[in-house]
Amino acid sequence: MEVFVVSLLNGLVYGMLLFMLASGLTLILSMMGVLNFAHASAYMLGAYFAYTISQYIGFWPALVIAPLLCGLVGAAIEMWGLRRVHRNGHIAELLFTFGLALIIEKAVQMTWGLLPVPYRVPALLDFPLFSIYGTHFPAYRAFMLLISALMFGAIWLGLTRTRIGLVIQAALTHPDMASALGHNVPRVFTLVFAAGTALAGLAGVIGGNYQVTEPAMAFTMGPIVFVVVVFGGLGSLLGCFIASILMGLIQTFAVVFDVSLADLLARFGFIVTKDTPFAEVLTVTLPRVGALLPFLMMVLILVFRPRGLMGTRDT
Amino acid sequence: MRIRIWISMLLGLLLAVGGGAPGWAQQTIKVAYTDPLSGPFAQVGDANLKQMQYIIDFINSKGGALGKKFELVPFDNKSQPSDALIALKSATDQNMPFIMQCSGSNIAAALIEGVNKHNDRNPDNRIIYLNCGAVAPELTNEQCSFWHFRFDLHAAMKAEVMVRALPKTTTKVYLINQDYLFGQSVQREVRNFLGKVRPDVQIVGDELIPLGKIKDFSPYITKIKASGAQALMTGNWGPDMNLLIKAGVDAGADLSYYTFYAHLAGGPTAIGAGGENRVFSVMPFSENVAPEIGNAEADAFIKGFRDKHKFEFTSAGFRTIFEYLQAAVNKAGAVDATKIAFAMEGMSRKDFLGFDTTMRKDDHQLIGEYFVGAFKKGVKYDAENTGLGWATAATILAKDIDQPNSCKMKRPKI
Repeated sequence: MEVFVVSLLNGLVYGMLLFMLASGLTLILSMMGVLNFAHASAYMLGAYFAYTISQYIGFWPALVIAPLLCGLVGAAIEMWGLRRVHRNGHIAELLFTFGLALIIEKAVQMTWGLLPVPYRVPALLDFPLFSIYGTHFPAYRAFMLLISALMFGAIWLGLTRTRIGLVIQAALTHPDMASALGHNVPRVFTLVFAAGTALAGLAGVIGGNYQVTEPAMAFTMGPIVFVVVVFGGLGSLLGCFIASILMGLIQTFAVVFDVSLADLLARFGFIVTKDTPFAEVLTVTLPRVGALLPFLMMVLILVFRPRGLMGTRDT
Repeated sequence: MRIRIWISMLLGLLLAVGGGAPGWAQQTIKVAYTDPLSGPFAQVGDANLKQMQYIIDFINSKGGALGKKFELVPFDNKSQPSDALIALKSATDQNMPFIMQCSGSNIAAALIEGVNKHNDRNPDNRIIYLNCGAVAPELTNEQCSFWHFRFDLHAAMKAEVMVRALPKTTTKVYLINQDYLFGQSVQREVRNFLGKVRPDVQIVGDELIPLGKIKDFSPYITKIKASGAQALMTGNWGPDMNLLIKAGVDAGADLSYYTFYAHLAGGPTAIGAGGENRVFSVMPFSENVAPEIGNAEADAFIKGFRDKHKFEFTSAGFRTIFEYLQAAVNKAGAVDATKIAFAMEGMSRKDFLGFDTTMRKDDHQLIGEYFVGAFKKGVKYDAENTGLGWATAATILAKDIDQPNSCKMKRPKI
């Protein structure tokens, strides 16, 4: 019971962080059809910006300024980079964002160095909020949950209740028609790209001190975010939300259950010994492969339900 | 016209004579040093280079060897065995008697192979390989070579150091390691020595994690807490170590963390103040050893480096290397790789901190003291400006880690 409750909380925090990253990507992917490899780089930039800003004027201003800076970077990338590349098709876009991710990583290494930077949780939030069965739940994790929940609410309301949100939704599904009706679709694209990047930046600001701020953080976070987006389905914020929480919980609970395929077979009266074929594979325990489960799930969903959990279009 | 031809012929003759007599042409004893000096691990190579240069300047100020000065010649190997072999080729082309390399056992294995071949084929131009940090045990066991001298403890010895440093009150430990060759060997060796040295200790959990894939270690901490472990023993490095310790500290788990790599560049920054009195690291040296044992001379040497460079002096072992070289060259009486190698094997010296060290004759593995540092406030030298530094929690002497070896050394005929 103890392990279950604590793991549930941890899974939720991690899932919400994933959601903050993935929500921006899913907006960009479903709207512009751009598989943005540089998305996790914005996450990294957010963390580094926040680190630098917090050294001068503190964490709280950084919480606002760093995502805005990331948004500006995103807008610049869209206006002067992606829009030109867009004419040459999806492969060109893909390669462009991939190159961009490499360049951003190199730039970060050159600016802030190869080693982790001391980006810390603000003193105001650096205390255990409550103890559950003797395990502290840090206040900062609760703060992360709060921010991501607020963000989810804000995006939801923004997309469904505001005029610009309706235009975005229209451009998402019928870009040509929206354009024909006189809406400036390219500007909407820029806006969405900038907003998506800013969201990733925000995730970086609150994720950078929860994890460790270092140049490799973009490339370690990148793949799992793609899994979430593909799993959740194109064009569905709700699907993305569910997928994020699911991935968070799966990874957390996979660690707790020390079982292997051999244990499962034993239930059916089949005992695996050293001489059984594939004994090596069958006796691998769940925690050892837990981090790979999301990728397995992505493969499965691509095979059996290509449009994802709640998607409205094929990937 | 004629005179100019004569002069150029004369010059050519002089050059030919000079080239044919390397001993006469070389005024310094050259040590080739190859490690990554560019790319993602450049920081490591660069820091090593600066510390070696500082040490060489000191050794040279003490007279070098045979009246000659040592000179360090760096070669970038980009963490690639093939590039290390190119460096070896350049070093032998220039008649250098030594090549030194610190990071990567795969590179070390390639270098041993390359040096063996070269020395077999060129008896008059041999080279010695000084290993300053590649720690796979095989290198001085199955793969041991007369031309290879290792100046750092190998992984199994480090595992024994870690086990010996466990306080008597700790009886329940949890092992977490990365699921690849190195992590698995740490897992095996730590288990092995726990059984031999500390049979009273119970292993309440033993786990392998996918390398560099885990983003949140909180679930592991939950599991470790539930197991009742008092100490966590891990060979993890990089994010796998930083995030693990961070998650444990955040959850307020009452654990000690025994690591191999917490003291390396970036570790103290990532761990931060939360790791105080909880994080321990197996290390060849820490700057605080000298003030702790009251060795003012060694302390002044360390302070000299800190005044000159803005980062820590972590590699006292390099000074041991150059002191061995100095003694061996003097003993051999000539800058000749074969004679130096014979002079160096079996040599015993006190290192600059005053501890006994021996270069074992049968496998060319240096046995010296090793330390386990505790991450603490109030030490003389802090790490990475965190305000915390490594205080010595345990000193393991050479005699306690003199593990047997399976080396069958082939010695050249003189």
